[in-house]
Amino acid sequence: MLAFVIRRLAQAFFVVVAMVVLVFFGTYVIGDPVWMMVPGDATQEQVEEVRRTFGFDQPVYMQFLTFLGDVLRGEFGRSYVHGSSAIGLILDRMPATLELALAALILAIVIGIPLGLFAGLKPDHPVSRGIMAVSILGFSLPTFWVGLMLIMLFSVMLGWLPATGRGPVISILGIETSLFSLEGWRHLFLPALNLALLKISLVIRLTRSGAREASLQDYVKFARAKGLSPRRIIGVHILKNIMIPIVTVLGLEFGSLVAFSVVTETIFAWPGMGKLLLEAIQRLDRPLIVGYVMVVVLLFVTINLIVDILYSALDPRVRLTGSQS
Amino acid sequence: MSAATSNPAPAQGEFARFAARFAEDRVAVFGLVLLLVIVAMALLAPFISPQNPYDLGKVDIMDSRQPPGTKAGDGFAMLLGSDGMGRDLFSSILYGLRISLTVGVLSGVLAATLGLVLGLVAAYAGGRIETLIMRIVDLQLSLPSVLVALILVALLGKGIDKIILALVVVQWAYYARTVRGSALVERRKEYVEAARSLGLSHARTVFRHILPNCLAPVIVIATVQTAHAISLEATLSFLGVGLPQTEPSLGVLIANGFQYMLSGKYWISFFPGLALLLTIVAINLVGDRLRDVLNPRLEK
Repeated sequence: MLAFVIRRLAQAFFVVVAMVVLVFFGTYVIGDPVWMMVPGDATQEQVEEVRRTFGFDQPVYMQFLTFLGDVLRGEFGRSYVHGSSAIGLILDRMPATLELALAALILAIVIGIPLGLFAGLKPDHPVSRGIMAVSILGFSLPTFWVGLMLIMLFSVMLGWLPATGRGPVISILGIETSLFSLEGWRHLFLPALNLALLKISLVIRLTRSGAREASLQDYVKFARAKGLSPRRIIGVHILKNIMIPIVTVLGLEFGSLVAFSVVTETIFAWPGMGKLLLEAIQRLDRPLIVGYVMVVVLLFVTINLIVDILYSALDPRVRLTGSQS
Repeated sequence: MSAATSNPAPAQGEFARFAARFAEDRVAVFGLVLLLVIVAMALLAPFISPQNPYDLGKVDIMDSRQPPGTKAGDGFAMLLGSDGMGRDLFSSILYGLRISLTVGVLSGVLAATLGLVLGLVAAYAGGRIETLIMRIVDLQLSLPSVLVALILVALLGKGIDKIILALVVVQWAYYARTVRGSALVERRKEYVEAARSLGLSHARTVFRHILPNCLAPVIVIATVQTAHAISLEATLSFLGVGLPQTEPSLGVLIANGFQYMLSGKYWISFFPGLALLLTIVAINLVGDRLRDVLNPRLEK
C-alpha cells in the first residue's frame, strides 16, 4: 500500500512538473509577452524598458528558474488589469466557484441517482425510455446554449428565478457562502442546474447500468427470498453496491465541473474564478491566466491522487495491477 | 494492395450488408437523413438563402431585430426573424453552418491523422517511444477539453486557424489511444509477420497492412469527436475567445443574440442554437449506430 502511495505521489509530481514546463513555454516562449503589455504606439525605448522590468531580457533558462521559484512560492505577479496579486484575486473568487461546483454535484446526485435507478430497475417502462432519451440529449446539448435557454424560460418568460449574479452571502466559519439562504439558492439554482446537466446524464447512465447488473446478482435474489421489502433491497443492498463506481467517477468529475464553470459563470455572471479567467483571457492578463492554470492543475492532480488512493484502499486489485506494469 | 481493390464484388456485398445493418435502426436513419440535409443546406447556402447576410448592400438596418415571419424591406419573409444588424437569421444560420462544419471537419481530419500516426507508431515501436507518447496522451486526457482549448486560445489568439489548431490539440489523444489499442492487437497477428518476412519496410507494414485493420473504431471516434469539436468551437466563440465576427459561425451568432435575450428577443440566439443542436444530435445518432454496427462483438 505504501509503495503504491509513493509511486502515485511521484506520478502526481511528474504531472505537475510537466504542466509547469508546458505553461512556461506556452506563455513565455511562444509569442513575445512584451507586446501584450505595451500599448500599440509604444516607442522602442518603452518596449525595452518593459522588457528589462519584467526580466524578459534574461536567457530562457534564467527566466525558467525565476518562474519556477515564483510557482513554488505561489506567486504569479500582479494582475495587469486589477493591479493586485494574481493569486490573491484567484483565491478570492475560488469559494464562489467551489460552491457552484458543489451545488452542481449535489444536483447531479439528487436528480441522477433516482432517475437512473428507475431506468435500471424497469428498463422497459416508457418512463425509462424517456429518461434515457433525456440523458442522451444531456450529452449532446452544448452547455452554454442550455444556460441561455434556462435564462429564457425561468427568468425572462416565467420570471421565477434571477438570471444573473450571486445572491447574498453569509459568512460561516470564515467562508462566505450563499448556500444557507433562500435568496442565495434562488440565485444558485439555475447556474448549478446548467453546470450539473452533463453530470446528471452521466450519473443516470452509471446508476442504470449498475442497477441492471446488480439486480441479477445472487445476493439480491437471496434478499428477496428472505422476504425483504423491495424498498429495502433497492435502498440498502443495490444502492450500496453501485455507489462505489458512482462516487469514484463523481470525485474525478469534480475537477471538470470547476473547469466547465468558466462557461456557466460567464452566462450567469457568477463571480467565480472561471469568469475571472475569461476576463483575463480577453484582456491578455498573463499573471492571472498562469495563476489560474496552475491552481486548477494542482486541484486536478490532488483530486485524482485522493480518488486513486481511496480507491486502492477500497479495492486491492487496483494496486496489484499497478505493481505489475 | 488490399483485397477490396483486387476483388471488388465482395467489397460491395460487404458495404450493402453494412448499409442494411445500419438501416435496421430507424432513429439512426433519421439522424443520417437529417445530417445529409444539414450538410446539403450548408453547401448550397449561397443558392437557397434568401439573402447574402454579409453583403452590406443587401442588408437593411431597418429590418433589425424583427420577430420570425416578418417581411423584410426587400419583400422576402424572414422565416426566423432577423438579428441586431438587420440580417435575415435563416440566411445567417446557413452561412454559419458552413463555418461551423468546416472547422469541425477540418480539425477532426487533422486530429485523426496526427492521432493515427502517433498511435500506430506507439503500438508498433513499443518501448520508450510508446511510453512517451502514451504519457502525453494520459496527461492530455486527464485535463478537460474546454480548459485546454481556452488556454490554448488565450495563448494563440483569435482566428480560424488558431481555433482549428486548439481543437486538434484537444482531440488527437482520443484517436491515438484508440488506434494504439487496436494496433497492439493487430501487430501480433500472422499477416503482420507475413508482411515482415516478405521484406516489406516498417512504414509499409504499418500504413498499408496494420492501419486499414484499425480503422473501424476510428470512424466511430471521428463522428463523436467531430460533434464535440463543433460544440467546443461554438462554446469558445460564444465566450468571445473563438472565431472573430468576420467568421460568423453558429457560436458567434448565438453570442450576438445573447444581449437581446433578457429583453425577450429570444429568436436571435434560439434558432442558431437549435441548428447547432440538430447538427450535434444528428452526428451523434449516426455515430451511436456506427458503433453498434462496427462492433464485432455485437455481430449477429
